Amino acid sequence: MSVASSDTAVRTGRITRTFLYLVLLLFALFYLLPFGVMLVNSVKPLEEITGGNMLALPQTLTLQPWFEAWATAQIGVEPTGLHPYFWNSIKMVVPAVAISTILGALNGYVLTKWRFKYDTLIFGFMLFACFIPFQIVLIPMARMLGLSGLAGSTAGLVLVHVIFGLGFTTLYFKNYYQVFPTELIRAAQIDGAGFFRIFQRILLPSSGPIIVVSVIWQFTNIWNDFLFGASFADLDSQPMTVALNNLVQSSTGVKQYNVHFAGAILAALPTLIVYIVAGRYFVRGLMAGSVKG
Amino acid sequence: MTMQITDPAVRRTARARPDYRTQLQNWIPKLVLSPSLALILVFVYGFIFFTVYLSFTDSRLLPTFGWVGFENYEKLFRLRHWDIAVTNLVIFSGLYIVLCTAIGLMLAIFLDQKIRGESVLRPIFLYPMALSFIVTGTAWKWFLDPGIGLEHTMHLWGWESFSFDWIKNRDFAIYTVVLAAVWQSSGFVMAMFLAGLRGIDNEMLKAAQMDGASNWQLYRRIIIPQLRPAFLSAFVILSHLAIKSYDLVVALTGGGPGRATEVPATFMYSYTFTRNQMGIGASSAVIMLLTIVAIMVPYLYSELREKK
Repeated sequence: MSVASSDTAVRTGRITRTFLYLVLLLFALFYLLPFGVMLVNSVKPLEEITGGNMLALPQTLTLQPWFEAWATAQIGVEPTGLHPYFWNSIKMVVPAVAISTILGALNGYVLTKWRFKYDTLIFGFMLFACFIPFQIVLIPMARMLGLSGLAGSTAGLVLVHVIFGLGFTTLYFKNYYQVFPTELIRAAQIDGAGFFRIFQRILLPSSGPIIVVSVIWQFTNIWNDFLFGASFADLDSQPMTVALNNLVQSSTGVKQYNVHFAGAILAALPTLIVYIVAGRYFVRGLMAGSVKG
Repeated sequence: MTMQITDPAVRRTARARPDYRTQLQNWIPKLVLSPSLALILVFVYGFIFFTVYLSFTDSRLLPTFGWVGFENYEKLFRLRHWDIAVTNLVIFSGLYIVLCTAIGLMLAIFLDQKIRGESVLRPIFLYPMALSFIVTGTAWKWFLDPGIGLEHTMHLWGWESFSFDWIKNRDFAIYTVVLAAVWQSSGFVMAMFLAGLRGIDNEMLKAAQMDGASNWQLYRRIIIPQLRPAFLSAFVILSHLAIKSYDLVVALTGGGPGRATEVPATFMYSYTFTRNQMGIGASSAVIMLLTIVAIMVPYLYSELREKK
C-alpha cells in the first residue's frame, strides 16, 4: 500500500484500508441506487415495472416514456407533457440568475472597497434574509403580486427569486473581493478612475471563479425551487418542479411509473449537467464563501 | 461621508473643493447598494412585519385587520395537528442533522486517506445535492413503496419475509423523510468537512505522531477540534434546511399517511391557503421564524464581528 505515501501523517494498514474502501463503496452504492434504478426503469415498458423486478435490466428498451414525459403526458388538465414547463423554468431562471449575480457583484464591490458607516450591519440584514423560512413572507407576497398584477407571471417569480438570492450572491462576491488588493483600486482612483470604471477594468476581469459559483448556486436553487412556484405561478409560468409534482401525484388512471421517472430525470438534467461540468469549481468556491478557515 | 478607501490626502482635496463630480463619486456606492437594500427592506422585513401583524388578527380567507391579541397562538398551541408537526420537526431535524454530520464527517475522513478513485467517488457522494427535493421524493417514494419497490424486489429474489413498509406506516413514515433527506444532503456536508481537513497543517500532525500519538488520538485530539468552523457551518446550514423542509415532504409522503409526516412548513401552507385559517397560518410562520432567529442571529453576529 504505497499509496499512503510519506507526505501524510496519518498512515493506515492493509486491513484498515480494505475496510475504508468497503465502506466508501457501500455509500457510493447508497447514493447511486435510487437515481440509478429510476434511470434504468425509465426505459422499460410499464408491464416490466409493475410485473417485474426494479433492479432487473430492461428486456425491451424503449424511449417511449421519455417522449411521453416530454411531449404528451397529462399535466393537470392538459396533455402537453413537461416541455412547456421546462421552458417556463428556463425563462424564469435565466433572468433571475443574471440579475441576482450582477447585483451581488456590485454589492460585494461596494461592501468591501467603498465601505461606509454601518455597512456590516446592512450586510447582516441582507444575509439574514436568505435564511428566513419563506413561509413568513408567503401571505404578503401573494397579496403584493396580486395587487401589482404580477401574480402568476414569470416576472413575478423572477422578482421573488432575485430578492431571496441577493444575500447569497452578495456574500460570495463580498468574501471574494475582500482579499483583492485594495492598493490597486486606490492607485486607479488617484489616476482618476471612477466607481464603475474601477469595477469594470480591475475587479470584473478577475471575477471569473466567483461568477461561476454564484451562477451555479443561483441556478440550482432557483431551478429546484418548489414552494414559490407552487404558491405564485399559474399555468403559463409554472416551473418544471411544480409540473413534475403534478405529473407524479396525479391520481387518475394507471400510474405510468416509467413516464414519471423519465420526467423526474428531465427535471434533474439541467442541474446535474451543471454539476458534472462545473461542480469542482462550485465546491471550491462554496468553501471559500461559507466556511471560514 | 468617510470612505475607507480614500487616501487622506485625496480626501482633504475633495473637502477643499467639494465639486459636483467628487460628491457624485461619493454617493455612487450607496446608490448602487440601495436597490438591493430597498428590495430586502420591503419584501423581507416589511413582509415579516406584515405577517407578524396578521398573526394577531382574525384573518381567514383574506387578510383582515380585526385585532384578536394572542388568540391565534393559543389556538395554535392547542391544535393536535400542530403538535404532530412540531414533534415531527424535532425528530426529523435532530436525526437529519446528526446523521448528515456523522456520515459527512466519516466519508470525509475516509476519503482523506489518499483513496484511489477519490475523484470518482466525490461526485457520486455529492450529486444528490444538485437534485430538486421533488425529484428526490419521486425516486424514494417509489423505491420505498412496498408493492413495487425494495420490498417487492426482495420478495421476487426469494426473501419472502422481508418487510420494509415504513412509508405506509404511521409510526415510521417520518423516518423515510429522514432517509431521503440524509441521502440528499450528507454528501454536501462531506464536501465541507473535506475542505476543512485539507486545510489542516500536516507538520503539526507529524510532530504529534513523533511523540507517539495513534491515528485515533490524532483525529480526536488534533484534527476534529480544528474542524470546528466546518461543524458550525454544517449545523447552521442543516438546521435551516430542516426547518424550511417543505418540498420533500410534499413529494415523498404528502404529509401522510394521515397526518403522520406533517411538518410546520406543510402545516402553515395548508392552514393558510386551503383551510382559510390565515391568522393561525401566520402565527405558525412566526414560530418558524423565531426558531430560525434563535439559531441564525448569534451565528451571523459572531461571523460578521470576527470578519472586521
